[in-house]
Amino acid sequence: MTKERASPIRTTVLPALILAVALALPFLVPQYYVQFASKVLILGVLAMALNLVVGQGGLVSLCHAAFFGLAGYVLALLSPKYDPASLLLTLPAAVIAAGAVALVIGALALRTRGVYFIMVTLAFGEMLFYLFHDADFAGGSDGAFINAKPELVIAGVRLLDLDKPLVFYFVVLAVTIGAVGLLTMLVRSPFGHALAAARDNERRARALGFPIFRIRLIAFTLSGALAGLAGYFAAIQFGFVAPQMLGWHQSAVALVMVLIGGLSTVTGPLIGALVLLGLEEVLKATFEQWKLIEGIIVIAIVLLLPNGVRQLWPMAVGEADPKPARDDKVAPSPARAPETGHA
Amino acid sequence: MPETTLRAERLGKRFGGLRAVADVSIEIKRGEIHAVIGPNGAGKSTLINLLSGELIASSGEIKLGEADITTLAPDKRARAGIGRAFQKTTIFPRFTVHENVRLAAQARSRAPLKMFGGAFADPEVQRRTMEAIGKAGLAGREAIVANVLSHGEQRQLEIAMVLATSPSIILLDEPLAGMGQAEARSIIALIASLREHHAVLIVEHDMDAVFELADRLTVMQDGQVIASGLPQDVRLHPAVRAAYLGNHGDAA
Ligand SMILES: Nc1ncnc2c1ncn2[C@@H]1O[C@H](COP(=O)(O)OP(=O)(O)OP(=O)(O)O)[C@@H](O)[C@H]1O
Ligand SMILES: [Mg+2]
Repeated sequence: MTKERASPIRTTVLPALILAVALALPFLVPQYYVQFASKVLILGVLAMALNLVVGQGGLVSLCHAAFFGLAGYVLALLSPKYDPASLLLTLPAAVIAAGAVALVIGALALRTRGVYFIMVTLAFGEMLFYLFHDADFAGGSDGAFINAKPELVIAGVRLLDLDKPLVFYFVVLAVTIGAVGLLTMLVRSPFGHALAAARDNERRARALGFPIFRIRLIAFTLSGALAGLAGYFAAIQFGFVAPQMLGWHQSAVALVMVLIGGLSTVTGPLIGALVLLGLEEVLKATFEQWKLIEGIIVIAIVLLLPNGVRQLWPMAVGEADPKPARDDKVAPSPARAPETGHA
Repeated sequence: MPETTLRAERLGKRFGGLRAVADVSIEIKRGEIHAVIGPNGAGKSTLINLLSGELIASSGEIKLGEADITTLAPDKRARAGIGRAFQKTTIFPRFTVHENVRLAAQARSRAPLKMFGGAFADPEVQRRTMEAIGKAGLAGREAIVANVLSHGEQRQLEIAMVLATSPSIILLDEPLAGMGQAEARSIIALIASLREHHAVLIVEHDMDAVFELADRLTVMQDGQVIASGLPQDVRLHPAVRAAYLGNHGDAA
């Protein structure tokens, strides 16, 4: 998962094309779809953040919505009742709060392994859900409104009007590009390789001298902070936060996006978000039982395309090997579970 | 110069009621290959696991030079200069040979967890990677994914990874197991050459290799040391002949 197949179409032409479409989109489609695209990007950032620990780290977390929702609540709580909050103040506060909570949860949860890790993250996520669900200070189960969107004011000049869907879309697009850049850098760095090494064989990575716990905790914290970044913008978009934003259902949706898009690339989960939300849009408008049909399609994708919908690309353009991005001469046999036997 | 003497005093490890290692004292010095032999279940791997930190001793102490490392975590022991290969080959199966060894070199580089710049950027890491791959006899095989290598080559790869961490102490648990004749010959030559710069402990069932390599020989049985010393003396020890070597000592 560390290297892309170095075909020029994939490394330059395709991303440039996608970027061009993303930039032109708001001028081509009705406003409803601009808002829809913003939503896709925001949940895509959440899914990409989650995939840093799931794909690169081999750690399946079921509490990432808690970081996502927490950041939204930070914005809601820091916003004055009728006036806009300062973006420069609330954005870092929300991201740092999400990262700090991820640090604490990670420090406890990462002492467990495998299924236990999933269960512990689930439990922590639910704890945060009920904290906000039962707390009066944040509107309890009703949630809280953000009446005025935060504004970016520098030297008395109001730079961004996030009330305008077009402006909001471009800000979210910039955030998404930043997230892709950051995650790509991490995944390719020595740190990212060490994280993947610990996933593939923890015993070996430790015997080489890698401090596994610290590596995973750093990744979990960064991932939580990035999920918070997504949650901050989600709260702005909806102008509203509710406990559901932190719940396990939302975490599971992000995980499904990761699975649909594939674990082995940085941008796969973004595509997963597009596919899942797009599917919902289409099905909702067509069928009454759309959730059932959506479930069946998701299961089919995950079973038939274990490396995500990205697998369709090489099939479509007729590349020989439909395996995920690797430039090895020899095709690796199917992924094995991490070593567990004792020496 | 990193410290190159590893010393264990009266080391013990219990698994429930079983004393897998009992009262074992052993010293591993730079310039020496110290072989540990004994029947299956004698406690050899457990001893290596205690020395590498994979297991924590129930009793006794372990010193690396002057430092007490008895309870130190395995990654810290690795950073202190102890490198090991496992009895069951332990590599990164989905990574290429080059990536496997590069990760090992990276683990002991100046910035092993740097978050920017490609993982292939450090020229010193690259140099040590290629050097270790060459020494372990895997030159030309760099681009192959580890889990399609032959069993013997996977053993070689693990040794390459150990070498790439530039350890002062090297612990090898049956490095020749499952290797073909030719592969085994080259690995024996490699291990012999390690003597010069490293302290080596080797557990091995192949007696010809043991007597070819060992400067010191320790024999274990039921978790205890039943003989230890120069190979030529140990092989004549009556308890050893009865317990383990059988007629091998006479035949050789
Ligand atoms: N993790 C463990 N839990 C319980 N018992 C163990 C554990 N590891 C080893 N043992 C037991 O301790 C004893 C010593 O095992 P060890 O693996 O050290 O033997 P060995 O000398 O390496 O044998 P072999 O030559 O077969 O590799 C055996 O009886 C083994 O079953
Ligand atoms: Mg053993």
